[in-house]
Amino acid sequence: MNAVLFSGLLGVMMMFASFLFKTKAPVRILAILGIVLLLVVNVLESKGIRLFHMNTAGFLSFTGYALFFNTIIIACTLIYFLVSSKDMEKVGSHYAEYFALIFFILAGTFLVTSFTNLLMLFLGIEIISIPLYILTGSAKKDLKSNEAALKYFLMGAFSTGIMLMGIALIYGATGTFEIAKMNIAELLKSNLLTAGMLMLLFSMCFKVSVAPFHFWTPDVYDGAPNVFTSFMATIVKVGIFAGFLHLFYTAFDKTTIQWKLWLAVLAALTLFVGNITAVFQQSVKRMLAYSSISQAGFMLFALVAMNETAHEGLLLYAVAYCLATIGVFGVISKMTDYSFDGFNGLAGHQPLVALCVTIFMLSLAGIPLSAGFLAKFYMLKAVIQSGGYLWLVIFGVLMAAVSAYYYFRVIQAMYFKQGPNHFSGISSFEKYTLVAICVLIVFTGLFPNVIFSWLYF
Amino acid sequence: MIALLLILVPLVSGLATFLIKKEEQVRTWSLLAAILTFIIALLGVAVYAAPGCWTFRANWMGLLNSSFSLKGDGMGIMLCLLTALCYPIIFLSTWTTAYKKVNNFFGLMLLTQAGLMGVFLAMDALLFYFFWELALIPVYFICSQWGGEKRIAVIFKFFIYTFIGSLLMLVGILYVYSRTAGQSFDITAFYNAGLSVKEQSWLFWLFFVAFAVKMPVFPFHTWQPDTYQQSPTAATMVLSALMVKMGVLGLLRWLLPVLPMASYLNGDTVSLLAVTGIIYASLIAMRQDDMKRLVAYSSIAHIGLMCVAVFAEDKSALQGTLIQMFSHGINILGMWVVVEIIERKFGTVKISALGGIAQKAPALTFFFVIIAFANIALPLSNAFIGEFLMFKGILGSRVSEHGTLMMATAGLGVILGAVYTLRLGRKVFFGATNALTEKGTDIAFQEKAILTIIIGAILIVGIYPQPFLNAMDQISQSILKNSDVLPLLRKH
Repeated sequence: MNAVLFSGLLGVMMMFASFLFKTKAPVRILAILGIVLLLVVNVLESKGIRLFHMNTAGFLSFTGYALFFNTIIIACTLIYFLVSSKDMEKVGSHYAEYFALIFFILAGTFLVTSFTNLLMLFLGIEIISIPLYILTGSAKKDLKSNEAALKYFLMGAFSTGIMLMGIALIYGATGTFEIAKMNIAELLKSNLLTAGMLMLLFSMCFKVSVAPFHFWTPDVYDGAPNVFTSFMATIVKVGIFAGFLHLFYTAFDKTTIQWKLWLAVLAALTLFVGNITAVFQQSVKRMLAYSSISQAGFMLFALVAMNETAHEGLLLYAVAYCLATIGVFGVISKMTDYSFDGFNGLAGHQPLVALCVTIFMLSLAGIPLSAGFLAKFYMLKAVIQSGGYLWLVIFGVLMAAVSAYYYFRVIQAMYFKQGPNHFSGISSFEKYTLVAICVLIVFTGLFPNVIFSWLYF
Repeated sequence: MIALLLILVPLVSGLATFLIKKEEQVRTWSLLAAILTFIIALLGVAVYAAPGCWTFRANWMGLLNSSFSLKGDGMGIMLCLLTALCYPIIFLSTWTTAYKKVNNFFGLMLLTQAGLMGVFLAMDALLFYFFWELALIPVYFICSQWGGEKRIAVIFKFFIYTFIGSLLMLVGILYVYSRTAGQSFDITAFYNAGLSVKEQSWLFWLFFVAFAVKMPVFPFHTWQPDTYQQSPTAATMVLSALMVKMGVLGLLRWLLPVLPMASYLNGDTVSLLAVTGIIYASLIAMRQDDMKRLVAYSSIAHIGLMCVAVFAEDKSALQGTLIQMFSHGINILGMWVVVEIIERKFGTVKISALGGIAQKAPALTFFFVIIAFANIALPLSNAFIGEFLMFKGILGSRVSEHGTLMMATAGLGVILGAVYTLRLGRKVFFGATNALTEKGTDIAFQEKAILTIIIGAILIVGIYPQPFLNAMDQISQSILKNSDVLPLLRKH
């Protein structure tokens, strides 16, 4: 509860910050201090120290897993602020409001990770979505950004409608919104329930851009200002995934409806579409948009497997994927040319930055010694342990090899080709933050135990 | 302790190399590191019997039940020794080659060495996989940055091939892991996983593709000639003399004992592929005009024979394979050293452009002839011992139904090997000199010293192989014991 309340309060505070401070530096510092505070209160809560007592029974349940996930989300946001908060200045003049919106999105994410009631899930998803529409269109004078925002809003509103319908149908079948009281096992052959579940599945798939519900993703990611793309593609996505897993694991695990098979097919399709399309992109930013679709395909493995390993795996995936993607976008937003050719010769001009990008790419591709490898490893392990779906594992592995193709294109451009410098304006602080992210990635890849045991397990 | 040092010394010195600025210092430093590693390996061989000196075990990923477990059995020690011996030779023989950003080059080379040592010593499947990739990634960077003109596309093909292979192996590892008692990656747990025949038969291909790409076995070889041609010579030496052995080791340590039934059932299929590869590669080698490609194709043929011998699952075949792993490393390294010298002296490796080198460089010719004889397995050379044992084993194999046929066809490879190797010698070294070779000079003392070490290793193993045979005896026994399916078959 601490995190939800504090992030809401911080959001309101940031709204007023724009009246208080005329310059941008104090706003940024305030935001960073705010997120540190959020991290502290969340860790305190996970250690049993709640600052506020509120009865949320039947609506929200802050389990250890949810709190751990929140910690990861907050920590990633902190890193995101450290790398990219300066670039938000380039977007427009409402600097403090961007932070306010981000804090509201975080509040929504915390609801999604810990809901026990479908209404709370809906509320959380909407609290996430509406600020995101605004952030997407925040570059007001950029037509592409406006178009992306409109597209996102229309598609988002549509999927929200489907989600509401699904929730209504499930309510009709079970008579409750609380996922714990649904008694789904007794309703084996309820068509109402099946339809509701499918609708819920589809709308969640839309939110995390699973194929074939992914069509908004490349355009929105491409049109939104870089700094917000990075936030949308990482923190928001893994947050909703946590809710997705929670929903199907606790509520629908007992049905006899073959939704796992559906999910497996969707995962395979997502991997295929994301990877194959990413191969043909000319812009690194669009490539990352498609690759984020393919990464969502891998995260779906957790839902197919549905066991303890899947939970650990999703945590690890969240860490690995967020760190690497935030890092890459931190670099991209300082480039004047996002195409693959724009990266040509970067290693010559900026050896340290190129090394960092290399490590991010290796991690995204899932090369051993990086967190990304371990994340993929856990996902594969989870599916193999659950028995069945071996075809999915092998297909996923082949697709991971395809993904190496486009991730390595960036490395090739940086190291083995020559070109003018398109990179500028990185402060040494941001540079060292990038290096710190790399260290975290390698460290997590080598000693995941430390991360797990250090926190909760 | 020795096992850990063999990985740590190249790893740490390799990382340190990135920080050194001066070119001379970089070269000296990495050579010293390579020599230090070699001394440690020699020391390890000397104190082999001392308990615990070749084993190391530490907690690594407790959650996954994977430990940092290293152990040098006969095969691992031999390959570590080979790696440790080859590295100083590689550094010395390419000493004068100019590299851009020389510190990165040598740093990556040493990291590869650390990866290789890890692969040879790892006794934990996940650790094995880690080192397997650690050896690959630096090589990718070396070849793409310092290679020939078409390097980027060519090396990328190599990378993707290997990456697909290793990912499939990862799925296999994960599956076996999920079937072990108590969910462990430990090698003994893998040996006792108790997989059914059906499971083994598809797991076999997941593992086999990974190893076959690395070796390479026909038809997974298409990356190899291009890669050998486009890589800088030092990297080609590592690839052909050492990395290939990762694949063979994989077959012997991870495939045969973990999936004995499938190895037995698929043995003939795989042998057929390998034999096809021998003949096919030998025929292509005969038509090559590029010395590098010729050596590359000849390597496919030699590796093919090892692959047949592995699946013969016979004691002398395995002993032969083990010795041949060492010998092939030495011989092909010798070939590359000669090619490198010729390229440096004459600026080309085109066979048709050369000729009559013997008149200008008699010492080089002398060394080349001995290495060439070893390459075609003439008696008294190291390869003879290995190939003889392999042929004997393939012929007498209890598990292969077509041992005679395999042996006869593979034997053709030896004859074809003599044809292309002698043709290479005749066209390049003998005959009349031309405008290019007219101004040739003989090799310097340093090159003589390197080649003397190589032919020393060739002749020692070739003339007095008994110590090697003894050392390989135990390990081939244990591989056979772990992978023996015949008692199982008799029961049914």
